[in-house]
Amino acid sequence: MFNELLQFLINALSLGSLYALMALGLAIVYGILRLVNFAYGELVMVGGYTLLVVGAGPWPWLGVAVLGVGMAVLTSLLLERVAFRPVRHASPNTMLITSFAVSALLQNAALLFVSPRPRAVRIPAIFNENFTIGGLLISQINLLTLVVCLALLGLLTLFLKRTLLGMALRAAADDFTMTRLLGVRANGVIATAFAISGCLAGVVSLFWIGRIGSVTPTIGLTPILIAFIATVIGGMESLTGAVVGGYLLGFLTVGLQLLLPQELLDFRQAFIFGIVILMLLFRPQGLIQAGASREKV
Amino acid sequence: MSVNLQRAFPVAALILPLLLLAGGANLLGNQIFERIVTVMFINLTVVLGLQMFIGNSGVSSFVHIGFMGIGAYASILFSMSPQDKALALRSLYEVLKEVQLPFLPSLLIGAGVAALVAAVIGFPLMRLSGAGAVIATFALLVIIHVIFINWEEVTNGPRTIFGITRYTNLWVSAAWGFVFILLAYGFKETGLGLRLRASREDERAAASLGIDIVWVRWVAFVLSAFVVGVGGALYAHFITSFSPLAFYLTQTFLVIAMLIIGGTGSVAGAVVGTVVVTAIFEGLRAAENAINLAQLFPETLAGFTEVCLSIAMILILIYRPAGIMGGQEFRWPRK
Repeated sequence: MFNELLQFLINALSLGSLYALMALGLAIVYGILRLVNFAYGELVMVGGYTLLVVGAGPWPWLGVAVLGVGMAVLTSLLLERVAFRPVRHASPNTMLITSFAVSALLQNAALLFVSPRPRAVRIPAIFNENFTIGGLLISQINLLTLVVCLALLGLLTLFLKRTLLGMALRAAADDFTMTRLLGVRANGVIATAFAISGCLAGVVSLFWIGRIGSVTPTIGLTPILIAFIATVIGGMESLTGAVVGGYLLGFLTVGLQLLLPQELLDFRQAFIFGIVILMLLFRPQGLIQAGASREKV
Repeated sequence: MSVNLQRAFPVAALILPLLLLAGGANLLGNQIFERIVTVMFINLTVVLGLQMFIGNSGVSSFVHIGFMGIGAYASILFSMSPQDKALALRSLYEVLKEVQLPFLPSLLIGAGVAALVAAVIGFPLMRLSGAGAVIATFALLVIIHVIFINWEEVTNGPRTIFGITRYTNLWVSAAWGFVFILLAYGFKETGLGLRLRASREDERAAASLGIDIVWVRWVAFVLSAFVVGVGGALYAHFITSFSPLAFYLTQTFLVIAMLIIGGTGSVAGAVVGTVVVTAIFEGLRAAENAINLAQLFPETLAGFTEVCLSIAMILILIYRPAGIMGGQEFRWPRK
């Protein structure tokens, strides 16, 4: 019984960490631009296809992984410059639809230039290995996900709390106009947010595709949905909220898997989305409300 | 006389060219062209439904293609013959097995079911706007899709449903298109439509004038779900075999592209967007097919049309965010 509980805890924490990264990447851009970035999922796809293309070469996996993350960051910056900057001052709806169009563009470009079929990606051997401690079966990918995600969360926290750019970023999320009046460059802050978002998407792609083993043009859909749910649960405007939402969703997913009867398991996704809608109705600000997010009239 | 003509002009300027187009397609007798125009009119009903809600309320919605699916599935449950149902829907509930109605009542039931679902989920939903509405409606689209895939009894699961009789033709779809152009334009000009548009411009100012925003949005939501549901029923009885994937992200993208490129703010925008995007789409599709047929590339080309369409959409959003029509109707030219 104790072992089962521990097993559950490790699985849930590992999945939760991954979900937390997905949510954080979406929330960091939303916090500043109020943009629900539909194209965020496609950054995961870009990372995945980089793994596919570069992974076919003779380089060690770690190098390939760095390139994958790098490509996601570059794509994110490029999208900000080409597509989002020109519509930054338009209505939030225009920005949103732009990101929807960018998402469709990237997906179909992958369809056009690669293939609509799933392509197997080289996965390092340690992703598939398991080991046992005291009768506890632990898959290394779960442990690795947990460790890397926690390290990344720690680094990001340090960056946001201790560096000038990080502080400017948090200030901009609170009140962008005020921050600009204090002499912080808007373009720099926004580009930083997109770069972080791309970096998180890149790391997500390593582990997400490590779990699935292949990449398709529509692989970004699930991560973006998860990020939506987690940010709504945790609070759209709070980065802490996004992380909390991600972990909660991880526990919920693994928990429902164990608890729901077989015939309802197919509807699990619908259940989770039902929770989102209830959340939006009864606590639209999410579990954690950011300091200045309450609308002022 | 001239006053009446001026008032009728915005609608006549939309319906007359479309009437000519439909007549031309009919006279030409080219099956492919007639098919394209029919699908265009079906899409037009969906885009008009979407415009009625998004255009007048200013709230984005991604759930409407789900309503299109509900209209499609609910209508075929009543229009199919018991023999066809026995083949296509093996695990259908006993009550529905023997039911068969003519096309029009089935279509209206289908649209009615879509409106009913919208009425139930819409009431709490209409309190949201901005990012909340976007995420909630997107979540609902996914929920509806998951239900389509898993509710085997009425949808045949993720598999294609087949054996539907083709009732929709060029003139049926065109007629519904014209009816909904009139409805969408009329709705805009009713008191409720005006109040809804006021809430789009400034929620707080509208509320302070005593407008019940949740109520006016809800009415528009239910009405638009009905229109989109009719579109779904028309689609089902034209295409005659489809799977839940027909009512998911691809169709959502196409319909939103039509509305955005034309401009959400006016009925003319919805019509112009539908016609323009259909023309671009079919032109590119033809080019894509020609390239594939000539085997210029080792693999078949897929996604080329959508890539061009999304680029067109982004350019429109950057350079003309209110769409081709800029939120205006066609107006009687002043001397």
